[in-house]
Amino acid sequence: MGAQKKGGGGARVSEDAEEQSHQRLQAILLADSFATKFRPVTLERPKVLLPIVNVPMIDYTLAWLEYAGIEEVFVFCCAHSIQIIEYLEKSEWYSHPNLVVRTIESHKSISAGDALRYMYEQQTETSQIQGDFVLVSGDTVSNMPLADLIQEHRERKKKDEKAIMTMVIKQSKSSSLTHQSRLGTDQLFIAVDPLTKQLLHYEEDKIDHPRGSVCLDKSLLESNPSVLVCNDMQDCYIDICSPEVLSLFEDNFDYQHLRRHFVKGVLVDDIMGYKIFTHEIHSSYAARIDNFRSYDTVSKDIIQRWTFPYVPDINFSGNRPLKLGRQGIYRACDVIQSRSADVGASSVIGYGTKIGDGDKILNSVIGNGCSIGSNVVIEGSYIWNNVTIEDGCEIRNAIVSDGVKIRAGAVLQPGVVLSFNVVVGRDFVVPAYSKVSLLQQPTTEDSDEELEYADSSSRTADHLSGLNLQMESKASELGPDGAGYIWEVCEGAHDEEWKHSVAPIPEDKLAEITQAIDDDDTDDESVVPTSGELKSDADSINTDMNDPNDDYYDFEKEVEGTVLRAVEENIKVDLVTLEINGLRLSYNMESADCAGATFYSMMKLAVDTPHNSASELYKNAASIITKWKELLGFYVKKIDEQIEVIMKFEEMCQESPKELGPLFTQILHLLYDKDVLQEDAILRWAEEKAGADEADKVYLKQCETFIQWLKEASEEEDEDDEDEEEDD
Amino acid sequence: MPDVQSMVAEFVNKLRKRKIEGSQATAKCTVELLRSVISHQRVPHANQAAALIDAVKAVGQQLVAANPVELAVGNVVRRVLHIIREEDLSLTTAAMAGLDLLDASDDDDIDNCKGIGYPAMSAAVVAAAARSTLRPPSLQTLLEGTPESATVPYTSSSGADSESKSKSADKSSLTRKLKHDVIEGVNQLIQEISGCHEQIAEQAIEHIHQNEVILTLGSSRTVLEFLCAAKEKKRSFRVFVAEGAPRYQGHLLAKELVARGLQTTVITDSAVFAMISRVNMVIIGAHAVMANGGVIGPVGVNMAALAAKKHAVPFVVLAGSHKLCPLYPHNPEVLLNELRSPSELLDFGEFSDCLDFGAGSGSLQVVNPTFDYVPPNLVSLFITDTGGHNPSYMYRLIADYYSADDLVM
Repeated sequence: MGAQKKGGGGARVSEDAEEQSHQRLQAILLADSFATKFRPVTLERPKVLLPIVNVPMIDYTLAWLEYAGIEEVFVFCCAHSIQIIEYLEKSEWYSHPNLVVRTIESHKSISAGDALRYMYEQQTETSQIQGDFVLVSGDTVSNMPLADLIQEHRERKKKDEKAIMTMVIKQSKSSSLTHQSRLGTDQLFIAVDPLTKQLLHYEEDKIDHPRGSVCLDKSLLESNPSVLVCNDMQDCYIDICSPEVLSLFEDNFDYQHLRRHFVKGVLVDDIMGYKIFTHEIHSSYAARIDNFRSYDTVSKDIIQRWTFPYVPDINFSGNRPLKLGRQGIYRACDVIQSRSADVGASSVIGYGTKIGDGDKILNSVIGNGCSIGSNVVIEGSYIWNNVTIEDGCEIRNAIVSDGVKIRAGAVLQPGVVLSFNVVVGRDFVVPAYSKVSLLQQPTTEDSDEELEYADSSSRTADHLSGLNLQMESKASELGPDGAGYIWEVCEGAHDEEWKHSVAPIPEDKLAEITQAIDDDDTDDESVVPTSGELKSDADSINTDMNDPNDDYYDFEKEVEGTVLRAVEENIKVDLVTLEINGLRLSYNMESADCAGATFYSMMKLAVDTPHNSASELYKNAASIITKWKELLGFYVKKIDEQIEVIMKFEEMCQESPKELGPLFTQILHLLYDKDVLQEDAILRWAEEKAGADEADKVYLKQCETFIQWLKEASEEEDEDDEDEEEDD
Repeated sequence: MPDVQSMVAEFVNKLRKRKIEGSQATAKCTVELLRSVISHQRVPHANQAAALIDAVKAVGQQLVAANPVELAVGNVVRRVLHIIREEDLSLTTAAMAGLDLLDASDDDDIDNCKGIGYPAMSAAVVAAAARSTLRPPSLQTLLEGTPESATVPYTSSSGADSESKSKSADKSSLTRKLKHDVIEGVNQLIQEISGCHEQIAEQAIEHIHQNEVILTLGSSRTVLEFLCAAKEKKRSFRVFVAEGAPRYQGHLLAKELVARGLQTTVITDSAVFAMISRVNMVIIGAHAVMANGGVIGPVGVNMAALAAKKHAVPFVVLAGSHKLCPLYPHNPEVLLNELRSPSELLDFGEFSDCLDFGAGSGSLQVVNPTFDYVPPNLVSLFITDTGGHNPSYMYRLIADYYSADDLVM
């Protein structure tokens, strides 16, 4: 061996081996939420740069990634990318010794899916992502360790090629009243294999969904000995991904949302057989700031020090640390506070802020350089930097952005969000849950929340240029000396505004919900099951069955269209099969449904072809079946599927008894002859039908002779078999 | 230089993120870092000591700001500053004396042995005199001062005599000498820090007697070595370990003790008062010892000290010299404490429904302080690497280790 080694060559080989054993720990950080929940604030500043407890969100994420041992982070910037890059350049992250921060810019992406597809395209050129990576969004606050988890993921991947992703979850009980997690997101139902921790089902409870019920695929229970269903888990949106994830996004161009499309897509798709695993964290903290409510909750968690060491009195990212006093009050050393001001528990007060006489501040975060007049009440609010609040204002559960001026005597009711540089006029009362911005609400409001404001960056610029004029002419929405537009809440969202706002849920809403639940309870006496229990009531299953039927109808239509097109354009059987398979996956149908639908569309085609007599119709049918039997054959490999075809046929005959009815036996025979149906299937169908009502037996009787013949044939065969055995 | 800067940055980063824990480990890292800072620092011809002091101070300020709660960092920085000042002082006096001598002996090489003896003596005298002007003589300096200060000039002049041909060469060697001496001194400090366990443990036999019951709380390596040293000397005694909730480091200590063959019992922190009447002595390790003799230790220590006082049980604190802090505790519960994550106390998921749902109802608050402050009147004895001391004597001991100029950095 030694003789063969030639200096550098040998060394390089060993280096490569080392590199393989020690892959750089990499992360992709999506510095864009691809949602509009933080509007109007995000029209002017990207979400990741919004301060949470006076530190930009992205700093929490980067500090955590660095602490967790990640060596390289790709920051994917989309909306306001210039601001993000500028910020990173100014901050200490670009020159950090242990963490390499690279930014990737793409303005075209409007979803997380697009972002990852863009990464994939880049990947083919530069191959930056070398192995497994951590996928997080830039609004994650966490202190969980990652190294072990990545190791676990790698080992699992080594054993099972298909384990492409590990998802971090954390126990967090959701409210029994509103079915809403602490973070304001909808209740999450997940099904996990308790042994392997494989994720089997993922469902975010929509509000209009029948409360507390969850619909599991039966095959899940068949293929897994035990299934753990939880509703008290919170998805942390921290994923350890293998490179396959990127290519999956590339292959499925319709994947947009990481959870709604990607995770569900992987779970449903049994062709590739990819698996997602979960990892539950217990002692460490992880949460994503998704809406204003989670902004409030995470802020409180930070103040309560759940995120240690990412707390305001520790300098974790170049921020100036505050001093922590008794009762959890964090205060900068140069705060000028009047003696008569009352700063209550769990408050944060930033550098250079002045607090006047008789102020009452409770549970609030106040940023740097604010000046607060006298007799101001601030409760549960988040005041960012350089805000001026004049005497006698009242601010409850509001978010006030940089540079806002609130003139004397103004009142902000709960849930108000003031965007940058808004001026609230003297004695003006800003109504609850209103969102105020200097920018007008985009008139072409996309109701689809998936659509991001990527394109709006240009729009924003337009707005800003014309801003001064607009301000002069039409700025009286906030009182005579105010400036800003109160955004209208879109129709549908009005009811849900309270769910995602910073304000606590009002008493009357809670009472309403309690009332509604009580009513429901007296109606059907079913109680929302707690985690781990499966609801076995028959009615819940029945109600769930409605949806699949509707789906099936749509599916049938689609298949019909496909087959029709195939016949017209004479497309190859393989391609048609592929297309129908695609439909099957997107509608989540069984193979038997495909068989039924395909056969249905074939017969429909035959019926629709102009014909004069029954024999002509039969000819039509025969030619179509002969031609396309391969297609049908693809789906009728099992007896069950064949029976489905017969039932479907019977159904069709019942619908058009005059035309198809008389031909039932003939076509059945034809199918048998063409090997589409096996005799077992026909006999089983006959057996099943034997017990049915007289009315249902019409077609059974019609083909009685055929079945009789089949039976005899099979008996003969059996006898033959026996004879043969005897011969042996 | 950039090399040192990146090292400093890395260590600051570690301190900030609380990646490094335990005062001994921190002290060691700090002193090693300062040694490389000193050795990389370029020294001007004039006023070399000031340059070194400035460099060390600059780094020290960063380190202290990174984690103000870890007092060992500040202590070590001040110790190093003190070393620089001492060396500078003894060197200048030696040089003054040496120049006189050189003029008299007229390049006489053979006179070297004489040259060593004379300036060394004078340097020692002048240094001692200078030191006594800096602060009043303490028991420590009176007893140990002369041999200590005699060794320092000896090493320095031995380096000097080989190159004392001309005055310019002498000057450059002086520069190098100061740095060399300081590094020598810092090396001694490193040895002292890493050897403090053994130094303290050596005294165990004098304090632990046959068939005694010892109570300790939390986990401290110093305590572990101390107890084991007594065990090795064939003392048989029992140890009660209070588990030290919420981090339960007492469990680890108990494991170690059992592995070394000591009779160990684990009790809960709340059982300390119930058990104290059977205990002969409480021994704990300190996080830091303040100038007034107050102790900062793991949370729960104050309770144990109060229990010990009530039952007149001696409360003994073990502390290496790097834990002696020249500051006085003002508001120690808040300013010198660190509140850690509540997740050490309770499971977030289990209690998530009590933690403010936005429903406006009150939310659960959790406070998890790391340290406790024990006032000096509850402490019976300090055992440091230099021996046992009374709490009221601590300020004298501390005055030996630090220069008054460095108290405020």
